[in-house]
Amino acid sequence: MATAAPPTATPAGTHRRGWREFPVVRQLHQSVGLQRGMLVAGLVISTIFLLTAIFAPLLAPYGFNQLRDASGAFGAQQPPSSAHPFGTTVGGYDVLSRVIWGSRTALYVMVIAVTLALFVGVLLGLVSGYFGGWADRVLVVICDAIYAFPSLLLAIVMAIVISGGQSSLWGGIFAAAISITVIYVPQYFRVVRAEVVRIKAEAFVESAKVIGAGHWRIMTRHVFRNSTRTLPLIVTLNASEAVSTLAALGFLGFGIEATAAAEWGFDLGKSLPDVTSGIWWTSLWPGLAIALVVLGLTLVGESLNDLADPRLRTRRRGAEAPPDAVDVSVVPGGTLGGGPGGLAGLEGSGEGEWSR
Amino acid sequence: MSTTTTELTGGGAAPEAAPTQATRRRGGGGGLGTYLLIRFLLIIPTIFILVTTVFFLMRSTGDPITAALGGRLPASQLAERIHSAGYDRPLIAQYFSYVGHLAQGDFGTTLSDRRPLSNVLTTFGGATLELAFYALLVAFLVGIPLGRLAAYLRDRWPDAVLRVVAILWYATPVFFVGLLLKLVFAVNLGWLPVAGRASTGAEIQLSTLPHPTGLYLIDAIKLGDPEVIRDVLQHAVLPGITLGLLTAGVFLRLVRTNVIGTLGMGYVEAARSRGVPERRLLKKHAYRPALIPIITVIGLQIALLLSGAVLTETTFEWKGLGFQLNQYLQARDYVAVQGIVVLLAVIVAVTNFIVDVIAALIDPRVRY
Repeated sequence: MATAAPPTATPAGTHRRGWREFPVVRQLHQSVGLQRGMLVAGLVISTIFLLTAIFAPLLAPYGFNQLRDASGAFGAQQPPSSAHPFGTTVGGYDVLSRVIWGSRTALYVMVIAVTLALFVGVLLGLVSGYFGGWADRVLVVICDAIYAFPSLLLAIVMAIVISGGQSSLWGGIFAAAISITVIYVPQYFRVVRAEVVRIKAEAFVESAKVIGAGHWRIMTRHVFRNSTRTLPLIVTLNASEAVSTLAALGFLGFGIEATAAAEWGFDLGKSLPDVTSGIWWTSLWPGLAIALVVLGLTLVGESLNDLADPRLRTRRRGAEAPPDAVDVSVVPGGTLGGGPGGLAGLEGSGEGEWSR
Repeated sequence: MSTTTTELTGGGAAPEAAPTQATRRRGGGGGLGTYLLIRFLLIIPTIFILVTTVFFLMRSTGDPITAALGGRLPASQLAERIHSAGYDRPLIAQYFSYVGHLAQGDFGTTLSDRRPLSNVLTTFGGATLELAFYALLVAFLVGIPLGRLAAYLRDRWPDAVLRVVAILWYATPVFFVGLLLKLVFAVNLGWLPVAGRASTGAEIQLSTLPHPTGLYLIDAIKLGDPEVIRDVLQHAVLPGITLGLLTAGVFLRLVRTNVIGTLGMGYVEAARSRGVPERRLLKKHAYRPALIPIITVIGLQIALLLSGAVLTETTFEWKGLGFQLNQYLQARDYVAVQGIVVLLAVIVAVTNFIVDVIAALIDPRVRY
C-alpha cells in the first residue's frame, strides 16, 4: 500500500518538485519493462478514447440518431458496406457513428460520476475520520453495508429513483452518473478515512493544534494533503468501472434513449436478438468499444496500483528490502485498526476496498 | 485493485504477525466464539441499513402501483387499488409494516403476476445457484492454477500474457463476452445451444420428477437419462464460462499478488536457504498461506458474481433470479424489484458471514 516515496520519508519533495511529481508522470518514470509497457498501452488507449470523444462530430460520418441521408433511408440491419463500414443497427442507425458518439456519452458519465464520488467521498471521509465519534461509526457501518452489496443492483435502484428508466440526454447522463456515484462513495470514504485516522495521530497534526490552528485548517492543509496519495489510483479504476456500469445499465434498458444520445450498452442490449440470427456487426463494435476503454483505463489503474505496492514493483536496480520494510511497517497498525473494533479488518480487508 | 490482497498479507500477516504467530496463537484478542457472535450480530444492521435505504429510495418516486399501471387504468380504479394495497398511508407507517412483514419472512407479492416473492425465490433461485456454481468451478479451475503460474514466472513473458488476459477477462463486460461466445460457438459453429437452461424436451422430462430440486443438473442425474444430463450440461457451458471468466480474472490476479507476497517473506527465504527445492517452496511455503486471504475475498466476490449473474442470465435467457429481475424491471413492477433486491442483500450478507466464519476457522489471526 505504501507509496514509493511518501513525502515525509524522502526529501524528494523539496528539490524534485515540478511536473515529474504529478501522479501519472511520476509513475511513468518509476516504471520499467513490462510494467511501463502496460502503463503506456493503457495511457495510449485512454488518450485515443478521449480524443474520439472530443472530436466525435468530426470523426463520425453521420449523426448518432440519423436515419437517412441524401440517398434515402439507411435501412435496418444492413451488413457492412462502403457507406456504412460497420453496418446499421436494428433501428436503422449507422453503427460506426453510434460507436464514435458513444465515447462522448461514456466520457460525460465518467467525468461526472468520478467527480461527484470523489468530492462526496473525500469530504465525508475527511470529516468522519477527523472528528470520529458515533457519526463516524454509523457512516462506516453504512458504507460497509453499501460496499458489500452488488453494485449493479444499487445502480438499478438509483436509476429507477432518478429517471424511472428512460430519459433525455442530460437526464440520462446524470441518472447514470449519480447511480454510479452512490456505488463509489464508500470506496473513497474508506480509503480517505483510513488515511486520515492514521495521519491525525502524527506529530505534525499535534503541533498544528498546539500552535492553535483551527480544525478546518488542519483538515485541509495538514491532513487532506497527506491523505491523497492513493486517490489517482482509485480515480482511474473507478473511471473504468463507471464505463462498464453505464454499459450494464444500458444493457438492461436503463440507458439513454437512442434518439437522445448514443450509448454502447444500450445498443448492445438492443442487438441481443440479432446475435441469434447471426447478425454480428450490431453487437461486436459497441462491445469492443466498451472493452477497449475499460481495458485501457484498467491498465493504467493496475499499473499505478502495482507501482504503489513495493512488493509488486519491479525495481530498476537490485534494491533490497529495507526501504520497503520501513514503508510497510508504517501502515498496518494504522490501516487495519482504522475501523472501530477493526471493522475494516473484519471484512478481511484493510483500507484498499476498491479491489474486485 | 489488488490492494485488498496486499492489505491482507501486507497489513495483517506479513510484516509483524508472521514472526509472532506462535506467541499470538493463544490469547491475542478475543476468542473464536466472541468473534463469530459479533460477526453474526453484524449481519442484522447490514441488512437493516440496506432494506431501509432501498425502501425509501424506491418509495421516493411514488407508489409502485402508479409506476406499474399509471395511464393504463382510470384514475378512480388506480386510487382504489392504491388504497387497498395501503400505499396511501403515511410513508413511515408503510415502512414499519414492510419491516414487520420482512421479519416474518414475507417479502411481499409481485404486482405483475401476483406471486409471493418467496415463491419467486424457490422457483428461480435454483437456477442462479446452479449458474454461480458453474462459474465458481470455472474460476477455481482456471484462475488459481494460472495465478500460481504467473507468480512463479514473475516478470517473464507468460506472466505478462497472463496479466493482460486477467485484465481482459474481468474488464470486458460479461454480456459482451456472452454475446461473443454465443456468436462463435452457438450461431456460427453450432456446437452449443444458444440460450436457456435445457431444451424443451429435456425440460418436459425434468418436470415429470416428483420432487424437483430446481437444480437441473441434480434433477437430470436423479432422472438418470444420459441424454438429459448431456443436454443440461451443454446448456451450462457458455453461461458458466461467461460468468466464470469474470471471476477467474479476479482470482488469477489475486493468487498472483498473494503468492508473490508470500514468496518474498522471511520464512520462504529461510526455507530456501535450508535448501528446500524451488517447486516445494512454491507449493508448500508460498501457496498455502496465500490462499487464506483468497477465501476472504471470495466473500466479496459474491456481490460481483450476483451482479454478473443478472447480466449473464439476461444474455442467455437463463431463467434465474437475475433474468426474472430484468423481466420485472421491464414490467415496471417495482414491488418485485425491491423484493428481489432485498432478497439478494440477505443472500450476500449471509454468504459473507459464512465466508468469514470459514476464514476464522482456518486462520487464527482473524479475531477481534
